[in-house]
Amino acid sequence: MKNRYETVFILTPVLSEAQAKETVGKFIKVLTGAGAKVHHEENWGLKKLAYPIQKKSTGFYNLLEFEAEGDVVSKLDIAFRRDEKVMRFLTVALNKDAIAYAESRRVRLKGTKA
Amino acid sequence: MSENSSEIRYLTPPSIEVVKNKYCRFRKNRIKYIDYKDPNYLIHFVNEQGKILPRRITGTSLKYQRKVAQAIKRSRHLALMPYVGDLLK
Repeated sequence: MKNRYETVFILTPVLSEAQAKETVGKFIKVLTGAGAKVHHEENWGLKKLAYPIQKKSTGFYNLLEFEAEGDVVSKLDIAFRRDEKVMRFLTVALNKDAIAYAESRRVRLKGTKA
Repeated sequence: MSENSSEIRYLTPPSIEVVKNKYCRFRKNRIKYIDYKDPNYLIHFVNEQGKILPRRITGTSLKYQRKVAQAIKRSRHLALMPYVGDLLK
């Protein structure tokens, strides 16, 4: 039974733009490889952290919204832990209210971007 | 009976606060999901030091207070909000 998940992760600021994008691509590959369907991907770019993590005060924030079986999340979790470029990550399951909110948020964001 | 009550003179006039009955803003505006990703909204539920405000002050219902608390803890984990902040407002 496929359920919806949302992952936010922070990459170290040391990376160049290309490396950051390539790392995100790697995680998307991990997901699609495990049979997940990535619905939406967001890049908040370099943001200031509220408190220093690993002695760094800024980080690249990325959001991945995907639909997958339950066991895919643990695979993604292992991939995150193995990669030392990722400072912090959080995977959250989305219930129907959260999905509705995510959709409306996407429309809102698209509005500002366009 | 009324004379001696008028004799009572207060040094400072007793201030009667206007009792504004609190309401749960989530039930009132039909908000169903509290997003942990935008800290600007969650700051309303946190005091200056970054601690979560109790229900008796914000007036939110128990069900949504738990959701707010979980959202704040998640955004703290993602360093969107500080664990110990100063002068957040």
